[in-house]
Amino acid sequence: MTQAVAHVPSGEPLLKVDDLVVEYGFGNRTVHAVSGVSLEVARGETLGLVGESGCGKSTLGRAVLQLRRAQSGSVLFDGHDLTAMQGEALRKMRQRVQLIFQDPIASLNPRRRIGDIVAEPLIIAGVKDPAQRKQVVYEVLSAVGLDPDLVVGRLPHEFSGGQCQRICIARALVLNPEFIVCDEPVSALDVSIRAQILNLLEEMKARFGLTLLFIAHDLAVVKAVSDRVAVMYLGRLCEVAPSEQLFARPAHPYTALLLQAIPVPDPDVRPAESVATGEPPSPIAPPSGCRFRTRCPRADQRCSAEMPELREVAPGQFAACHHPLA
Amino acid sequence: MSEALLSIQDVAVELPTPRGTLRAVDHVDLSLEAGRTLGIVGESGCGKTMLSRAILQLLPKKAKLSGRVMFAGQDLVRLAPERLRRLRGRDLAVVFQDPMTSLNPVLTIGTQLIETIQEHLELDALAAKRRSIELLTAVGIPAPEQRLAQYPHQCSGGMRQRIAIAIALSCEPKLLIADEPTTALDVTIQAQILDLLAREQRRRHMAMIIITHDLGVVAGRTDEVAVMYAGRVVERAPTPALFKRMHMPYTEALLAAIPKLETAPHTPLPAISGRPPDPTRPVPGCSFAPRCRYAAGRCHQAKPELVAGETAGHVYACFHPIQMAEGVGA
Repeated sequence: MTQAVAHVPSGEPLLKVDDLVVEYGFGNRTVHAVSGVSLEVARGETLGLVGESGCGKSTLGRAVLQLRRAQSGSVLFDGHDLTAMQGEALRKMRQRVQLIFQDPIASLNPRRRIGDIVAEPLIIAGVKDPAQRKQVVYEVLSAVGLDPDLVVGRLPHEFSGGQCQRICIARALVLNPEFIVCDEPVSALDVSIRAQILNLLEEMKARFGLTLLFIAHDLAVVKAVSDRVAVMYLGRLCEVAPSEQLFARPAHPYTALLLQAIPVPDPDVRPAESVATGEPPSPIAPPSGCRFRTRCPRADQRCSAEMPELREVAPGQFAACHHPLA
Repeated sequence: MSEALLSIQDVAVELPTPRGTLRAVDHVDLSLEAGRTLGIVGESGCGKTMLSRAILQLLPKKAKLSGRVMFAGQDLVRLAPERLRRLRGRDLAVVFQDPMTSLNPVLTIGTQLIETIQEHLELDALAAKRRSIELLTAVGIPAPEQRLAQYPHQCSGGMRQRIAIAIALSCEPKLLIADEPTTALDVTIQAQILDLLAREQRRRHMAMIIITHDLGVVAGRTDEVAVMYAGRVVERAPTPALFKRMHMPYTEALLAAIPKLETAPHTPLPAISGRPPDPTRPVPGCSFAPRCRYAAGRCHQAKPELVAGETAGHVYACFHPIQMAEGVGA
């Protein structure tokens, strides 16, 4: 099956995901987690990936890093197909791609000291000189706003959630990667700490010349950091567009629904009464045709018969919908 | 002004910890009338959940509670355990954050609903079942009769929260406390659940307390908001007044730190530096002073008391209140 790809505006993409399919076995049934997703991320760009729980956004992030092997499709990173790589070659490539998880406390080993946790990737990468490792660890810890002398000898439980996330970011940066998948990096944090971490990610991106795939369910958070945003629903992409454009003129009804559901911190804005209808269907038995049709106010017969492909509805804006919003 | 249904007077909660006494709630006064909604907003650890537990008398055993919690003319703190048990579930109901852990995983939904109804209302099994079906329909659950025979794990997070709400509403409570009812849910489901709570609240003329860390959740859905920081209420006002003329720098900072859809991508967020104080190590002055950009000498020495603002019912605890121009900041 060929599908239009939401091409990056210019240049060769650093990451090119092509028609990726990831499925899980569930008893004798199959969970269709990612069903033919294609996307590109340009060097130096932040691509936001949003969707509700269970839409496959984390699975997609993991499949990009080969932590979950895809059933079919390819993941080209800087021209190399990661899906075809194994063993040592893949391990070498992984030094260039890193991951930051949602729960910063659970992703740090509670029995190991911060200095060892952050140095571990260096050991795996074969940096043998302890003095050199220490120097790099000190550099990244300072970069994320922690005092290395106070931090390296302590254990994760001595730190708050926000500080643990800083440590996770330091660990992700220690090998000087080019690409980082951030999987809901701030959703476990308080509002005030969330802003600190988002600012830190932006700062690190500029300082280390990073390219980010930023996965989150909060549209406002995604907009704050992303150049382009991809909206995912039940294993497929609904819409890909530059941030400003997506938020100003959503083309896919699902994007519009997500936007309407965000609570606005202003009492004069009355919340729209029950904007959302129902819940997402199970990815075990996704609806035929357009997967969003069961909740879509614009759905008709064509939507149940024919799966819409991503197509360009405005310059740079791609939507997979038979009846896109004007 | 009618008689308050709930009146919290000088409530303090202290918890012994290995590191010393933790003052979770620090002398809070609040009141709420029937049919009204109060939002309690604050970050993790600010004491908002402990305050709700103090109202429900569900504090950990080691906790020390002082003050009075007057509910419908009775002081819950001094009420006999048996009387209290009759009150909870019937007049006082609660919806917790995580609907997976608040429902019993080994009992069917029907058992859990019918149990609550029969415990508090004198209904026979058939009438209780009929009422359960009514309630599940009211909270928007399709095919309620089939749902009664199912277990919580067979329902999605949103469905489970609807069921928890149905159980909470089952005995027509006078006061419903919703403790972060939508934090575990997706944004589209969050909107549905908040709508459902608002609709049932209006229909039943209940009083409701919504506890949340998200100012966006309380903005359009409460009559009054209390902002908590380090165990104290630092600002309290009718919702429109709070958003139009907030005086407490913490409230302003909390609102500013939320990413806004109107803001262009890559705009640095006005983050609050540092983090909340250690509740076992009380600071002598204003507890927000170490993070506050307006803090001056006095803020580090003396605790500001709550003082009245220009709108009726608006109080704030700050020596250097901010003066906002009309309509800015929202």
